[in-house]
Amino acid sequence: MIPEATFKIWRTHPGGGGTFQSFRTKVSEGMVVLDVVHRIQAEQAPDLAVRWNCKAGKCGSCSAEINGNPRLMCMTRLSELNLWEPVTVEPMRTFPPIKDLVTDVSWNFRVKKGIAKFAPRPADAPDGTWRMAQRDIDRVQEFRKCIECFLCQDVCHVLRDHAKHEEFIGPRVLTYAAALEMHPLDTADRIPAMKAQHGIGYCNITKCCTKVCPEHIRITDNAIIPLKERVVSRYYDPVTRLLRVFKS
Amino acid sequence: MPHDTYTYDVLIIGAGGAGLRAAIEAANGGASVGLICKSLLGKAHTVMAEGGMAAAMGHNDDRDNWRVHFADTMRGGQYVNNWRMAEIHAKEAPDRVRELEAWGAVLDRTTDGRINQRNFGGHRYPRLAHVGDRTGLELIRTLQDHTIYLGVTVHMEHTVVDLVLDDGRAAGALAYDRERGRFHAFAAKAVILATGGIGRAYKITSNSWEGTGDGHALAYRAGAELIDMEFVQFHPTGMVWPPSVQGLLVTEGVRGEGGILKNSEGRRFMFDDIPDNYKPQTASDPEEGWRYVTGDKSARRPPELLTRDHVARCITHEVKAGRGSPHGGVFLDIAWIREKMPNAEEHIKRKLPSMYHQFKQLADLDITREPMEIGPTTHYIMGGVRVDGDTQMSAVPGLFAAGECASGINGANRLGGNSLSDLIVFGKRAGEFAAAWAREHAAPRLNQAALDRLEQAALEPFERGAEGENPYMVQQDLQETMQALVGIVRTESEMREALERLDGYKARASRVGATGHREYHAGWHTALDLRNLLTVSEAIARSALERQESRGGHFREDFPEKRAELGTVNVMVKQDTGGAMQVSRIPIPPMPDGLKQVIEEQKS
Ligand SMILES: Cc1cc2nc3c(=O)[nH]c(=O)nc-3n(C[C@H](O)[C@H](O)[C@H](O)COP(=O)(O)OP(=O)(O)OC[C@H]3O[C@@H](n4cnc5c(N)ncnc54)[C@H](O)[C@@H]3O)c2cc1C
Ligand code: SF4
Ligand code: SF4
Ligand code: FES
Repeated sequence: MIPEATFKIWRTHPGGGGTFQSFRTKVSEGMVVLDVVHRIQAEQAPDLAVRWNCKAGKCGSCSAEINGNPRLMCMTRLSELNLWEPVTVEPMRTFPPIKDLVTDVSWNFRVKKGIAKFAPRPADAPDGTWRMAQRDIDRVQEFRKCIECFLCQDVCHVLRDHAKHEEFIGPRVLTYAAALEMHPLDTADRIPAMKAQHGIGYCNITKCCTKVCPEHIRITDNAIIPLKERVVSRYYDPVTRLLRVFKS
Repeated sequence: MPHDTYTYDVLIIGAGGAGLRAAIEAANGGASVGLICKSLLGKAHTVMAEGGMAAAMGHNDDRDNWRVHFADTMRGGQYVNNWRMAEIHAKEAPDRVRELEAWGAVLDRTTDGRINQRNFGGHRYPRLAHVGDRTGLELIRTLQDHTIYLGVTVHMEHTVVDLVLDDGRAAGALAYDRERGRFHAFAAKAVILATGGIGRAYKITSNSWEGTGDGHALAYRAGAELIDMEFVQFHPTGMVWPPSVQGLLVTEGVRGEGGILKNSEGRRFMFDDIPDNYKPQTASDPEEGWRYVTGDKSARRPPELLTRDHVARCITHEVKAGRGSPHGGVFLDIAWIREKMPNAEEHIKRKLPSMYHQFKQLADLDITREPMEIGPTTHYIMGGVRVDGDTQMSAVPGLFAAGECASGINGANRLGGNSLSDLIVFGKRAGEFAAAWAREHAAPRLNQAALDRLEQAALEPFERGAEGENPYMVQQDLQETMQALVGIVRTESEMREALERLDGYKARASRVGATGHREYHAGWHTALDLRNLLTVSEAIARSALERQESRGGHFREDFPEKRAELGTVNVMVKQDTGGAMQVSRIPIPPMPDGLKQVIEEQKS
């Protein structure tokens, strides 16, 4: 490995806007991009802003765009990058900038609150507990691996290019809704809201979200498409609609 | 002048498992609740917990019940625990875990559809409810997703710099927000500290940047007492290579699933040193150990699952004796189970998915094929704010503490899995009693002048600017000192040396500088954290000097044995009126006969 490399890190300006600032720094085997950012912070730019917590890909704090690819900085090893060229590190572009690599992701927390909360069926056993088979929860557990890094939100073109933040909740929150909908104990119905308020129709299944998910959640195939199917069968499938008319 | 003032019945500092559980209970108790955390919601240290939470539900072995769990916790803690807390914890953990399921948690199942429980060091029966090796994520997300519908106000990325008192009673806190660097005052009738641990006082640690002992230091400065600060848990298995991930945790679940420890000679050294009081419960050969981890109820556990302090010292011993691995650790091998199971690879990936990824991505190593290299890492502090076992209130009226920053339940050594259950058991209690306290007391007054002084002090690094010391360098030196001189193996002369150096760092910390704007300024934040790191480091060193024996997580080379007369006391530190740290020994109240009996009956 080469002993020194150049990193171009996005620095915001106090008045707005920003530019890349180049740093040359020592690198060694096994380092990840977050280590580099920390080293620069300790030695050259103490006011460089970055979010991180676990340094192990578990908390979803350190999301950024590395050479243009949405990644976790703590899980991107330098050995995966071409260090002969400068490496660019910039914040997620879909969210408003706060400072340097830190963005305002509060929108994600706000829209999540708009999803109807978990509502379990009455307990199965007299001691107030439920019985669930492992195979019936495997799918939900896949969704619950989500570390809320918001990288999927970052790449989704509906948000990134079309800024439909008010009409579309994005792949992360759709996955949250899917986890509740497919929870074996849950009784709430979120399908009408998926169509009416949460804008599931905006997703045109490009699968960009799935590609960047560091938890390898099959967001599109396993969460969004089944939700879309439920919407379709509820609102557009003639047989179901007829049945619903008779029932009501 | 603080930018604005928020007023709540109950103010909770910290949004890990303990803080969130407290928030739920306080809100359900009718209190208005404000919750402050240094990071974004859901990112607290709790998210990193892997192995599971201990609760004697007896799903995988119906011989388990609260009595066994209580006895295990006391034995693990070497009997200097707060027995009342150990009792409450053992009795209430099952309900707290079940309740998570009612809030949407999706824990791994047994074949009959109940919550599955796994083996862990020091627990007699399979007791840890879990989700693969990401239990902390499941816990924090469940609590977070439940809390957001309760009307709790969350102040994310705010850091409390000090508590404020009114006539000796908790009245609120002063915090700055990271985004702007502005100060905000919080007024509350009751304050709950749930700030987690102190791992960042050491160089090699599994803790995130948040673990700077803030709650410990805030409480101390407000006049509360800290106990058991000498008891720091060094987890036996942290990554040792590559250097940038040194200290990162390798879950005990690896050993729970059959992982074994070997030295460079290929010897399974844990069989060589089994403490007498654990002999009756430990496997006599590898075959029995394997039967145990695969669920044979007649088998006893392998020595890899002895308590953490013991395993960590055995590893240190092997390394010192020159039988370590190439990067200064020993080998942890789960790949060997291929000999035993046809589908071992799938099994490992399913049971330990994040360990598999962690090694694959960060060390280029496939744990289903090769052994890992591991060594001890600073993981957890048993010591913390001294609280009442039932209510979690400290010596400062209206100030409560729960979770890792509180002390008592663990004694000299915490059993794996007992922290997550501690968070929900005592988080709930803290929330409940803080809400009750708030109902019974009038609103305190915030002393404006005191707030202004605190704000001024916090801004001093900017006045010194570039002339000041680099805070990162002071922090690094402090971490090296604690690692080298107050680590796994301690002696008086080294600790005296550490205290001297800490004095020097204190002087340097008072000269640190920061330049530029206050917005999201990591250097300035590090400068402010130093004060807390220094306080907890001094508390650890002074308490460790005072305890002239070896017990649990605390090992003295100059006093390698346990001493009976120290088995009846806790070491306590408190700030005296002159601002100096005072150390004393306080007697542990005698245990009621009923509990003594439980311990006796479980000794066989
Ligand atoms: C890698 C790892 C694995 C673990 N695995 C297990 C396990 O399997 N089982 C188990 O039982 N235990 C485990 N533990 C231990 C357990 O995770 C912790 O002890 C526990 O999560 C601590 O929870 P807490 O709620 O007390 O604090 P934390 O989760 O640490 O949360 C602290 C909160 O306080 C906030 N805070 C701190 N200071 C301030 C301040 N000044 N102002 C405002 N907010 C502040 C932080 O932002 C954070 O929100 C593990 C620990 C680690 C590191
Ligand atoms: S699949 Fe749908 S949600 Fe995912 S990135 Fe594409 S449009 Fe967005
Ligand atoms: S679904 Fe994946 S990419 Fe999206 S927030 Fe969760 S972990 Fe990140
Ligand atoms: S720091 Fe937690 S995911 Fe990178």
